[in-house]
Amino acid sequence: MKDRKKKNYNLIVGGTITGMTLLFVLIGMFYTPYDPNVMDASAKFAGISAKHLMGCDNFGRDILSRVMKGAGTTLGVAAGTVLIGTFFGVIVGAVTGYFGGILDEILMRINDAVFAFPSILLALVFISLLGSGTYQVVIALGIAFIPSFARIVRSEFIKYKNMDYIKNARLQGAGHLRIMFVHILPNTFTVLLSAIMIGFNNAVLAEAGMSFLGIGVQPPQASLGRMLSEAQSYLMRAPFYAIFPGVTIVLMVLGFSLLGDALKREE
Amino acid sequence: MMMPEKEEILTVNAVNVFYKDSRKGILKKNNQVHILKDISFSMKEGEILGLVGESGSGKSTLAKAILGLIPYEGEIKQSSSFPQMVFQDPYGSLNPAKKIGWSLEEPLKLRGGMDAPQRKQRVQQMLEMVGLDEKFAERYPNQLSGGQRQRICIAVALMQEPKLLIADEPVSALDVTIQAQILELFEKIHREMGLSILFISHDLRVVYQMCDRVMIMKDGQIVESGLVEEVYFHHQSNYTERLLKAAGIETN
Amino acid sequence: MEKELLLQVKNLNIEFHDHLIPETVVYDFDLELREGEIVGLVGESGSGKSMSALAIAGLLSRRDMKKRGQILFHDTDLLSCGRDVLRKIQGNEIGIIFQEPMTSLNPVRKIGWQVEESLRIHTDLSRTERYQRAIEMLKSVELEDAERIYHQYPHELSGGMRQRVMIAAAMICNPRILIADEPTTALDVTIQAQIVELLKRMNKEKQTAILFISHDLSLVKQLCERVIVMQGGYVVETGAVQEIFDAPKEDYTRKLIAAIPKVVRKNA
Repeated sequence: MKDRKKKNYNLIVGGTITGMTLLFVLIGMFYTPYDPNVMDASAKFAGISAKHLMGCDNFGRDILSRVMKGAGTTLGVAAGTVLIGTFFGVIVGAVTGYFGGILDEILMRINDAVFAFPSILLALVFISLLGSGTYQVVIALGIAFIPSFARIVRSEFIKYKNMDYIKNARLQGAGHLRIMFVHILPNTFTVLLSAIMIGFNNAVLAEAGMSFLGIGVQPPQASLGRMLSEAQSYLMRAPFYAIFPGVTIVLMVLGFSLLGDALKREE
Repeated sequence: MMMPEKEEILTVNAVNVFYKDSRKGILKKNNQVHILKDISFSMKEGEILGLVGESGSGKSTLAKAILGLIPYEGEIKQSSSFPQMVFQDPYGSLNPAKKIGWSLEEPLKLRGGMDAPQRKQRVQQMLEMVGLDEKFAERYPNQLSGGQRQRICIAVALMQEPKLLIADEPVSALDVTIQAQILELFEKIHREMGLSILFISHDLRVVYQMCDRVMIMKDGQIVESGLVEEVYFHHQSNYTERLLKAAGIETN
Repeated sequence: MEKELLLQVKNLNIEFHDHLIPETVVYDFDLELREGEIVGLVGESGSGKSMSALAIAGLLSRRDMKKRGQILFHDTDLLSCGRDVLRKIQGNEIGIIFQEPMTSLNPVRKIGWQVEESLRIHTDLSRTERYQRAIEMLKSVELEDAERIYHQYPHELSGGMRQRVMIAAAMICNPRILIADEPTTALDVTIQAQIVELLKRMNKEKQTAILFISHDLSLVKQLCERVIVMQGGYVVETGAVQEIFDAPKEDYTRKLIAAIPKVVRKNA
C-alpha cells in the first residue's frame, strides 16, 4: 500500500489550540498573577487594564488568575470523568463484545437503560445521592459516561474477534484475557482515542453546566462553569467577566473536537 | 516421504458437524444443518494431503474441527498437540496493531521456556527460513505485500514447531508468480522441518503440484481419495471428472 | 474482411494526483478492439491492468487522475468528451462487470431493478417492456426461474448466480464492448468454467467485443484470441494467445507462464 495522505489541517489547528490551553493550565498550577481567591474591595469590577489583564469580578478577584485556576479544575474534572468512563467502558465493552451471549444481553440492556437518560440528568441523580463537591462530580459524571464508551468498545470487539489473527492466537494457546487485552484492544485505539476526545468535550461542558447550576464545584474554588454562573448577574455591568471564561471553554472544546476529528481521519 | 516408519499423525473417525441454521426460525424444530457427514481419514507423518472441494463443501469446517475451533461429534486423534493454521487472506491474519516481530514472538511467549534474547534469536532464524530480511521484524503488516504477509503467517504458524500444519487456501488470494514462490516455500519447510501439511484448496493444479495424496470433498462427504496420480488419471467419480474438466486439465 | 474497429486507445498515461507527489500508474498503453473480438489483459496486482480498464469505462475521477492520450470509441474521445456524451456511452455502449459479485450488486435493491437500471437510463421503454427485456436477459445468462430471481435480493443468490446477474445487467442494452475485470477470480472452478462459457456464448451471439482482465493466464488461454501482458504500468508483450504461449518473447511473460502449476502425468 502506498502512503497517500493529505495534509491534515485539523490535526495542526486542533493540536495547537489544545497545546496552548494545556500550557495555560500548566502555568496556572504554579503561577498566577494574583491569588485567585483574595478579594480586593477597591478593585471591584475593575475593567481591563495592564494590572488586571482580564479585569476583576464582583469581589475584586483577578479574573485572569481565576480563569487559569478554573480551567485547571474543569480540565481535571473532565480528565477524571473520561478516565472512569474509559476504564469501565473498556471492561464492559470488551467482556460483552468478546463473549456475547446472555452476559452481553444483560449488560447491554442495563447499558441501554442508563444510556436512555441524558448524562447530565443522570449525574444530577448521583450528586443528590453522593452530595456535591469536586470528587463527587467526577464520580457522577464518570458513571454517566460509561455506557457510551462501552458501546463503542463492544462494537469494535465484535468486529475484531472473528479475525483470522485472533483465531491464530487461540490456536497458539492464548487465553481469553490475553486475547482481549493484548491482541484485540490495541486495534481499537484509534476509534477509542477519538471517542475519548469527544467524551472529553462533553465532560468539559457537563462540568461547566453542573457548576453553573450550583451543584458542581463549590465556592470559593474556581471553575469555568462556576465563574460563568456568577458572571450572569453582572452581564451588563461587567461583560468581560462572562466573556473570558466562556471563550476559554469554547477554545478547549474546539481544540479537542478538531483533534478528535483529525484522529478519526488518520485511521 | 522416504521416512522409514510413518506414524499416523492424525486420525479422523466418523466425524459429524451440525450447524444451527438461525435463518429458518425458532418455530421449526429440525433446523440443524448437517455440514460434515461421517468423515473418516488418516494422515501419516510427513505427508502432504490435499483437500479439494468447492465453497460450501465443508472443507474449511473440517479444518476448524481438527483445530478444535468448533464442536463436533466423532473422534479426532492427533499424535501431537497444537496443530497450526495458515489462512487464506494474508490481510486478515496478521494483527495490524502489532509489529511483525511481536506477532512472531507471541507464540514463543505463550509456550514459555525461552527468555527474551532466545526468542529474538528464534524470530530472526524463522524470518531467514521464510526468506525475509530480519528488518521485517520492525515493520507493521500494512507495510508488507500480500506475498510477504503470507510468508510471515507461515513463520508465525511454525514458531511453536507444530507437527501438523493446516493450510486453508494459502495461495488463492495471491498473484500467480507470488503463488509459485509461496508454494516453493511450503515445499521447503516440508523438506526441512518434516512436518505434515493438510493442504486445502480449490485449485486442482496447485494440489497436483504440492500433494502426495488428495481427498475430493462434496456436500460434506469425501467422494474420492487416494494418491494424486490415481485420483487425477484414474478417477472413479463423476464429480472429480467435472472438477478436472472445469480446471482445464486433460486426464487422458 | 476486416471487422469494424470499435475502440482505439492511443498512448494512454494515467497519473494519480490525489496526494502530494503525483504517481504514474499506466505508461503509454495502446489497444485496438474490433467487433466480436476477445482480448485478454494480463498482469499481477499493481500492473495497471485494472486502471487501464477503468479508464476505458470512464470510471476514473477526472480531477484526481490525470490522463494523457486518447481513448477513441468510434470517433469520440472518451477522455475529452463532455460528461453527458460519456454518460450516454457508459452502460449503453460499454458495459462492465467486476470481480466481486458480493459488492457489485446493491444489497437493498431487487435483482430485477438492478438489471433494468441501464434501460431506465438509456431508453424510454415502458415498465412492462423493461420487465420483459430483463426476464429475457436473465434467461439468456442461463438463470433458471428468471421470474422468481427477478423479485429476489442479491443475498439470496450464490456467487455464481450473482455474477450471471451482473453479466445480464451489463449486457441488457446490448453494448458493443464488455469490460470484464477479473470476473471469475472469486468463484469456484466449476462455476468459473461456466461463466467463461457464458461469456464465450455472449460474444458469439451478439458479437460483443470483450476486454477480459485476469491474472490467470490459463483462463485467458481458454477464452481469448489476443493478449496484452502488463507489468508495473507498462505493456511488456502483446500478440496472439497461441504465439505468446508457444514462444514468449519477454522474460516476464515466460515467468508468468512458468508460474502456472503444470499437471503432467509423472509415470505414464
